[in-house]
Amino acid sequence: MNFRVVLRVLGMVLACEALFMLPSLAVSVYFRGDDIAAFALSILITAVIGIPLTYIRANKHDMYARDGFAIVALGWILLSFFGSLPFVISGAIPSYIDAFFEASSGFTTTGASILTQIEGLPKGILFWRSFTHWVGGMGVIVLTLAILPSVGAGALQMMKAESPGPTPGKIVPKVAETAKILYGIYIVITIVEIIMLKMAGLPLFDSAIHTFGTVGTGGFSNMNTSVGEYNNVYAEVIIAVFMFICGANFSLYYQMLKGDLKAAFKDEEFLFYLRTVLLAIILITINLYGNVFSSIWESLRHSSFQVVSIISTTGYVTSNFEEWGMFSKIILFMLMFVGGCAGSTGGAIKNIRFLLLFKVMKRELMQIIHPKAVYSVRLGGRAVNERTISEVLGFFFMYIIIFIAAVLIVSLDNLDWATTIGSVAATIGNIGPGFGIVGAVGNYSTLSNLSKIVLSMCMIIGRLEIYPILLLGMPSFWKRTSV
Amino acid sequence: MKIIIIGAGKVGYNLAENLSKSNHDVIIIDKNYAALSKAEENLEVLCIKGSGVSTNILMEAGIDTADLLIAVTSSDEVNMVCCLTAKKLGVKHTIARIRDHEYAHELLLLKEELGLDLIINPEQAAADEIANVLNFSSAINVENFAKGRVKMIEIMVTEDMPMRGMRLKDMGSKFESSVLIGVVIRNDEVIVPNGDFIINENDNIYIIGQPSHLYNFCKMFGKVPQKIRNVMIVGGGRIAVYLGKLLVEMGMKVKVIEIDREKCIQLSELIPEALIIHGDGTDEELLRSENIDEMDAFIAMTGMDEENMMAALIAKHNGAKKVISKASRINYISIIKSLGIDSVISPKQITSNQILKYVRGNSVESLYRIIEGQAEITEIVAEPESKILNTKIKKLGLPKDTIIATIVRKNEVVIPHGNDIIKEGDRVIVISKNKNISSLDEVAEVS
Repeated sequence: MNFRVVLRVLGMVLACEALFMLPSLAVSVYFRGDDIAAFALSILITAVIGIPLTYIRANKHDMYARDGFAIVALGWILLSFFGSLPFVISGAIPSYIDAFFEASSGFTTTGASILTQIEGLPKGILFWRSFTHWVGGMGVIVLTLAILPSVGAGALQMMKAESPGPTPGKIVPKVAETAKILYGIYIVITIVEIIMLKMAGLPLFDSAIHTFGTVGTGGFSNMNTSVGEYNNVYAEVIIAVFMFICGANFSLYYQMLKGDLKAAFKDEEFLFYLRTVLLAIILITINLYGNVFSSIWESLRHSSFQVVSIISTTGYVTSNFEEWGMFSKIILFMLMFVGGCAGSTGGAIKNIRFLLLFKVMKRELMQIIHPKAVYSVRLGGRAVNERTISEVLGFFFMYIIIFIAAVLIVSLDNLDWATTIGSVAATIGNIGPGFGIVGAVGNYSTLSNLSKIVLSMCMIIGRLEIYPILLLGMPSFWKRTSV
Repeated sequence: MKIIIIGAGKVGYNLAENLSKSNHDVIIIDKNYAALSKAEENLEVLCIKGSGVSTNILMEAGIDTADLLIAVTSSDEVNMVCCLTAKKLGVKHTIARIRDHEYAHELLLLKEELGLDLIINPEQAAADEIANVLNFSSAINVENFAKGRVKMIEIMVTEDMPMRGMRLKDMGSKFESSVLIGVVIRNDEVIVPNGDFIINENDNIYIIGQPSHLYNFCKMFGKVPQKIRNVMIVGGGRIAVYLGKLLVEMGMKVKVIEIDREKCIQLSELIPEALIIHGDGTDEELLRSENIDEMDAFIAMTGMDEENMMAALIAKHNGAKKVISKASRINYISIIKSLGIDSVISPKQITSNQILKYVRGNSVESLYRIIEGQAEITEIVAEPESKILNTKIKKLGLPKDTIIATIVRKNEVVIPHGNDIIKEGDRVIVISKNKNISSLDEVAEVS
């Protein structure tokens, strides 16, 4: 491990975090809130710790995969730690563990909250909560790569460790260039959505908050009852469409910009995502019609919003799905594991992994019928590398194991089945609302401190796709010379 | 520039590394997953798995908007087809590596018919380079500039040489500055020296000047170049064929040792003047019975770097005067040199240098790179529109570690001082450290 380089890049990440807090400071100054001092102090602390680290000179510049993984894992824990400072200092969330939960929920774009009363908090704090979604969605390290001079060949390792999907790749030869393009697309989508929500009748501040929550697929709202508060069909449609867009692979939009307008419909993963969404909407609409809502349109409106909100791992709510039928709830529960596409801002296992797993399943069955046959798993007309397949299988197993372990710890709180399992599924998949106490209209405030810490870690583990955080726990990962 | 490289082998990788470092957009196409993933992980390049002959893959790589395609797969034929297809699909320039000597005679025809802009033959280039070194036997390395009117030689300073411990400016007064010590390598570090620099033992120094002056310089410092008469070559590959022919033309006696009988017969047909011996070049007995101790030069160039190293060591041990070894892996070079072998030739590196020179642009005439490009010696023609023409060199704000080493005019070669000026049409040789130069205006701002 090249500790000097790791520390230097971590310093850069913290310096960037101090920069990210500036817009929130501006908001609180604009609204003359009593959280101005909190932001000023947080920025100062973060900068004072971060900037000196960037002056560490490395005696060798070699960076290997594990240095990249260490930077991403430690970087995200530090981000959440320093990101919670404004909450604690302003007094909005007095308990440190709660504040850490809220900050990691923000950066990992989970949107799970421990706040019982959201309305009435200072505007700067509300803005910071949602802004963490925005920077966390596309990736903090990726943003650092885009705005800072290249950190060298290790850049790709960091990008790989942070970007979702089994084989994250570059869309242009240079990492920094790729990061700039992705952020460019991201910023355009953000601006378009803010304007559209404003036109749909939301106040500008609320439009910005909900846009950050949507494009980062996070789910923090400035209303206690989330998007349902407005009862505005236009806003719901806009948010649903943008949640769907941000749950798909951003490199598809780059290809479309380059002139290949049908790129999305040639992409197997996107088609799988689209079909899953449509199937879930149809099934839930049928289940709701007549049982919960009397009109078919009302059923369609709420089922489509909720399906897109859960599968894109956003977690906005327009209707209390706790009251829906068991069939609908189980479908939503299953969607929590599917999540968005590779290269999106969404979380959970990702469509592409499920698609590959189904193909592997088919191959295994075929192999029994023709034992000597050689089948290659193909995706988009190309054979998938065996190494990638075994990574996907390994990832799936690790996801389930972490899920079970977390459920076991949360069960110490002695809550009901739905809450215990739902809270873990909703945090590891970065969705937000789970079921039971932590469901659509509930929150995480009543859980024990142990559960909150475990769930915070689940969020970071889920966002970074498991490997980086698990590696931190391997003793040989830290050795200078590993055997 | 957007550059597509087909083949992620040693040359492809080396090229991609250098090109991406000088800020080009590089896309690599290869069929081999392992080779690709190595490039993907270590370099700032985009990798595409597939065959470079396939139109689909080339389109995916964006061939229609690419500026240059470089085909360096292991097969000459694939390289040619790639370039042909790519040209039809709209790439601006193509470079192919063609190494089979069967094609060597038809190169001009091929170039025209396939629309190739540059053909690289690494074996031919390596043979030329070795012949150059043998011509100037006291040097480790010889490089030609300005069509041979200026040469640069690399010499290792040994304890019997009177120059060690001397300041450069004191040495200069002895020679009326007819040569220039441009670069010094000390412990793998490249230094561009100034007048106060003191030469130490075991430094490798690069000296630039006219060939006759260099000869005098070497004579004065106890490194008298000796005429090489007998050469032994181990390994009868493609380079051996090119080199054998060259050396025979230069009037040397050539012995080639080759382990494969079939190849021996071929060699004896191709170079009838040479003595071909069927045997193992790493067998000390055989080398001794073939009078290794009387050889003026011994060149090891089998296909295996490890065998070359062993053969070279045996030859050195048994008294061969100048030992040259071929290395395919570029990272072996400094290790082999540290073993006391006089020169190491790497065809891959020569290929990369040639292509880099081409990419740099039209005004760059030659390009020589020291230790993975830590320092570069570039020969540039002064174009009429250049801004630094007719200005005294001392008024040019030359950056640190950049020197104008030589100016070659119609009939004079100048080692410039502060009062000299660069005129239109001059060939200017520039030494720079950690900086890529493709035109004179990049060298300096007119202050």
